[in-house]
Amino acid sequence: MAKMNLYSRGDKLFVIANMVLIGIFALSTLYPFIYIAAVSFSSGFAATAGKVILTPVDLTLAAYERVLSEPEFWRSYLNTFIYTIGGTLMSLIIIIPGAYALSRPQLIGRRFWNLVVAFTMWFNAGMIPFFLNMRDLGLMDSYFGLIIGFACNAFNIILLRNFFESIPASFEEAARMDGANEFQVLWKVFVPLSKPAIATVTLFCIVARWNGFFWAMVLLQDESKIPLQVYLRQIIATLSDDEEFASTLLTAPYSVETVTAAIIVCSIIPVLIIYPFVQKYFNKGILLGGVKE
Amino acid sequence: MQKKLAWFLQHMRREWQIYVLLAPTIIWFILFLYKPMYGLQIAFKDYSIFRGIAGSPWVGFEHFQTLFESDTFVRALKNTVIISALSMMFGFPMPIILALMFNEILNQTYKKTAQTLVYLPHFISTVIIAGIVVTAFSPSAGIVNTIIGWFGIEPIYFLTKPEWFRPIFIGSGIWQEAGFSSIVFLAAIAGVNPSLYESAVVDGASRWQMMWKITLPSIMPTIIIMLIIRIGNILEIGFELVILLYQPATYQTADVINTFIYRQGLQGGQYDVAAAAGLFNAVVAFVLVMTANTISRRVSRTSLW
Repeated sequence: MAKMNLYSRGDKLFVIANMVLIGIFALSTLYPFIYIAAVSFSSGFAATAGKVILTPVDLTLAAYERVLSEPEFWRSYLNTFIYTIGGTLMSLIIIIPGAYALSRPQLIGRRFWNLVVAFTMWFNAGMIPFFLNMRDLGLMDSYFGLIIGFACNAFNIILLRNFFESIPASFEEAARMDGANEFQVLWKVFVPLSKPAIATVTLFCIVARWNGFFWAMVLLQDESKIPLQVYLRQIIATLSDDEEFASTLLTAPYSVETVTAAIIVCSIIPVLIIYPFVQKYFNKGILLGGVKE
Repeated sequence: MQKKLAWFLQHMRREWQIYVLLAPTIIWFILFLYKPMYGLQIAFKDYSIFRGIAGSPWVGFEHFQTLFESDTFVRALKNTVIISALSMMFGFPMPIILALMFNEILNQTYKKTAQTLVYLPHFISTVIIAGIVVTAFSPSAGIVNTIIGWFGIEPIYFLTKPEWFRPIFIGSGIWQEAGFSSIVFLAAIAGVNPSLYESAVVDGASRWQMMWKITLPSIMPTIIIMLIIRIGNILEIGFELVILLYQPATYQTADVINTFIYRQGLQGGQYDVAAAAGLFNAVVAFVLVMTANTISRRVSRTSLW
């Protein structure tokens, strides 16, 4: 489509109008981030008075000084890395072998095992039984519980299984001739050939872990174990309700808004750093593999 | 029998490694997704923590009766369907329109840059989204009130106004997901046979016409699949964002089934009633997705499985 020549004046007008509209949409997607960044660098007074629109007003680092001086902030930041890295590794360790086994034709009951996995996409016991189960398993309030409890899901397994199934048998024949067992075939043939699909699944795991807050909030009681997202929620909730804090604002160089904005900026930065590296995997149509079952 | 057993043993001796690879996945699914299904029986029991799931006495459909006699649950059910239908109405066409528009951009750098920007919010945590919304709509400091102030409108405390909850919730959902959801449709567009466009150009078709007459019909199967998934998930609302944005003042328009379950069960400790609400939710969702799929198979020969 892109290579085609423009045909008429109508086409030209259409293309230009389209570019302008997309531009507007893209900028309005971007705007909230710019706004939040501007608020985070503004003085509390300017932010509270609603003076910040596009750029910082009374440029100051006061909100960041307040946020970065809280040990709880650093603790929760570290926790988020623990959950994200630990959780993603745990997911891959379970999902890759599982998807491989489910893709093998010689597996007895293959249809049945695939159904066991796929059924959970259509029917789910729900929040309460899942919660009670986690409690019965003794997985409340622990790093391990949060990591293992959300390690798998049907979508990722099916996505990867479909990719494994699409790899022609000829690729593994040479390895079989050399007497490779299943573990070696998976590790030396399938994993290297499936890099884009594994990268996609890894990305999904990382995003889910980095952003997850609900179950962390529900399952963790110990303040020293909470991830950044739960900490941020607490800050937003307590700051805005805290009369005492509100009264100190008259003298403080920061406000509820600037502190919240500063935490948001700190939390988004790692996402922005890895975003360009993973972005190239989005457009490959791999996503469809999972959707089509 | 003997023969089958011998064959099975031989198979296991040769292929045991596959079962070793499969075991962690199956064990995980049983432990974390199927065991809770066993626990669902508390929806029909007078559950007490001390007696446990198996030991609690049966009460039949009592909890379901309680639910449907409770105004709060009925309201949550109504809100769920309304919010879901509204976000489908406004949210579902957006990614399709975006994909069609992206496809018409000739300058690749411009296209890539715009895509990078609109995909980004998908990777941002719900808590952050809520933080942005709370800041932007704040009565004193928020940009929204600043802007309406230019037109002489008094500041509005949006997040305490029931009539504003749904527009804000649905709007932030579109802002977050419309871009990323367009990927699926872009992938479908990439699969359209180029010769269709070539012959259309020969016939003197404009780009606008080609978009309507070739691209859109070609991606119809994908649109239908996505619509089925969406309808099947009509009871699934991004309730994390609801929990973060709603407050007692807006419950009347904001409270959905999952937030109801969260408050009743996890906060209020009424596990059995909350589990009943969850079971109702799950069964209706299951029926919906199966029905949608059957209809789609009949109508268009496009189905999920």
